Amino acid sequence: PQSAKRHATSAQKMTEAWDYGSSINTFPESVEVDPSILSEASPKVLLVGARRSGKSSIYRVLFSKMSPHETLFLESTNALEISRISNSKLITFQIWDFPGGFDPRGEFQYGDAVVGPSTAYSGSTAVVMCVDAQVGLEGEALRRIIDTAEAASTINPSVRLHVFIHKVDGELFPSDDEKLETKTQIVTLINDHLEENNIHISVTYSLTSIYDNSISECFSKVVQELIPSYGVLEKLLDTLNSTCNIEKSFIFDVMSKLYYATDSNPVDLQTHELCSDMIDVVIDISGIYGAVTEVGGRPKVQAYDAASASAIKLSNELVLYLREVSTSLALVCLVRARNFKKRGLIDYNIDTFKTALAEIFEPEASEAQAER
Amino acid sequence: RREAARGAPQGRKMGKKKVLLMGKQGSGKTSMRSIIFANYLANDTRRLSPTLDVEHSNVRFLGDLVLNLWDCGGQEHFYESYFDSQRDEIFRGVEVLIYVFDIETPDADKDFGYFDGVLQAIEQNSPDARIFCLVHKMDLVGEEHMRDATFEEWKARISEHSRDMAMEYFQTSIWDETLYRAWSSIVYSLIPNVGLLESHLEEFCNICDADEIVLFERATFLVISHSTARPYRDPHRFEKVSNIIKQFKLSCSKSNAHAAFDGMEVSNSTFKAFIEKFTSNTYIMVIISKDTAAQTATVQLNINAAKQHFERFVPQTTGL
Repeated sequence: PQSAKRHATSAQKMTEAWDYGSSINTFPESVEVDPSILSEASPKVLLVGARRSGKSSIYRVLFSKMSPHETLFLESTNALEISRISNSKLITFQIWDFPGGFDPRGEFQYGDAVVGPSTAYSGSTAVVMCVDAQVGLEGEALRRIIDTAEAASTINPSVRLHVFIHKVDGELFPSDDEKLETKTQIVTLINDHLEENNIHISVTYSLTSIYDNSISECFSKVVQELIPSYGVLEKLLDTLNSTCNIEKSFIFDVMSKLYYATDSNPVDLQTHELCSDMIDVVIDISGIYGAVTEVGGRPKVQAYDAASASAIKLSNELVLYLREVSTSLALVCLVRARNFKKRGLIDYNIDTFKTALAEIFEPEASEAQAER
Repeated sequence: RREAARGAPQGRKMGKKKVLLMGKQGSGKTSMRSIIFANYLANDTRRLSPTLDVEHSNVRFLGDLVLNLWDCGGQEHFYESYFDSQRDEIFRGVEVLIYVFDIETPDADKDFGYFDGVLQAIEQNSPDARIFCLVHKMDLVGEEHMRDATFEEWKARISEHSRDMAMEYFQTSIWDETLYRAWSSIVYSLIPNVGLLESHLEEFCNICDADEIVLFERATFLVISHSTARPYRDPHRFEKVSNIIKQFKLSCSKSNAHAAFDGMEVSNSTFKAFIEKFTSNTYIMVIISKDTAAQTATVQLNINAAKQHFERFVPQTTGL
């Protein structure tokens, strides 16, 4: 197992510019180009990393409902692809999926437009740097991280870099020990290089794999940092928890199953996974038994609507409770069975929470409503 | 109703029902069995090693029904011994034969050779056995729309070898609900008096004013019986629900709480689904679409009231 992982050993000052190869930032026309997307002022998540490091697979698994096994057959991304995620009123954000091996300091084509680092890294931006943990970090891959960090922090000091130590699954990582060992090596390596080159940027490190829940959990945290009202949401959830004696609560986007907010208590990964799985159950069963309506001449099932709710009783005296709180958003919480007996109280408080949420999303509309 | 229930034949222990599971090596028999009965997830089956000789397992089903599963190793020299020294022992007293065809097989002719041998042995030793042919690993067919065509091809070829014996055909994959559909049918055929059970369920459905009621076996979540009061567009919904609940049950047990799933309700503005423990060996799912608070409350009451009645009744359908 050790032989597969190669890491550069000592931090080096960047004296010369790395040669990423000429004209690699000019690509053939990508499949779908929407030039207007560049002028939107949405927050964005940039997916960067070496070729075959897993960027597009992450996008497909989280947002296109692709099964992890199918991603093995994905072709390499040849041009910058930008998607808009606007499932809910809580946040609309863009995902920029870069081809592997691009030059982070250079300009690149997007359809007829030319986009440069000043556009890419400005505004509310998070950069997810994919590192293939099975291949290791050295040479061009390492250099790209350092160059990206430098370019981004120069243009926009508030950019956050999220290093996903990715593909920590399979034979090379049979247990947590191997994962932590790799993480320690990579964290030290990158931090040393950043320090050596005097680059100041906020960096987080996560162990991820598309074969388990870790990718969803870690990507959720990336998006949370782009939500301006996050602090308010966290407080609202804390309040809800204390009034209803709820152990843990999340606000999930039911389409992507990312969670956009949670209370201030620590997140237990298995609780998160259970809540995420509950959403699957609710959506799948609603898809089977929900009423069918005609939409544009075609039958469509009304699966997730404003009255969607579910309660799952577990044998250990815990109840998972889900309530729709806005389009595509679900409040999922964990309650002790004895506290769930006061279901009427919980429902009333969640209704209040729903109203508060509506005010955050559309303050003008809520005011008009109140006046009426 | 109560008189009819008590009148059903008592005392005759059905004992074990012998189910033979055969097919070439690597065709997926043990994986299937593990997923349905031993609570493996499809992903976990990669860790299973080839079955050597015959693996016996006794699986409790519906409490009193015991499926005696003979998972016969598919390697060549074991096949030789089946037709030779162990023939009578293996092929006698068989209630159900499940034969698994792997669509990825490199040598279909050889597979059909073995199938011929097995059918011959069955015809001689257990001529009344029910035969199910599973055309397996259908997930490996690239395009969805090609699946049916592939299945029909295999069906045609298998029936050429069927020696005019009656057979049921299913296309299956461990990666979706088709596995549950096939095994539900297999187990359903093993439940005696299932018609009587269904008529009681129908009556219960009327009392609840429900759209649909489904009875699941507790451990496997295979569908035992159902009663439907209105048309539904998806004929495969039962196995889908089996699959959905089973997946969630497994997810629960893997969490650090090691909790088991107890029951649930799911609703939106157009329906309400209740899934509750019912008798000692079953779960019941009740679907209602009328949106009144009274309706919800009465469903719970009705389920509780019906439990006792069915508790006495369900074991009798297995002949005990």
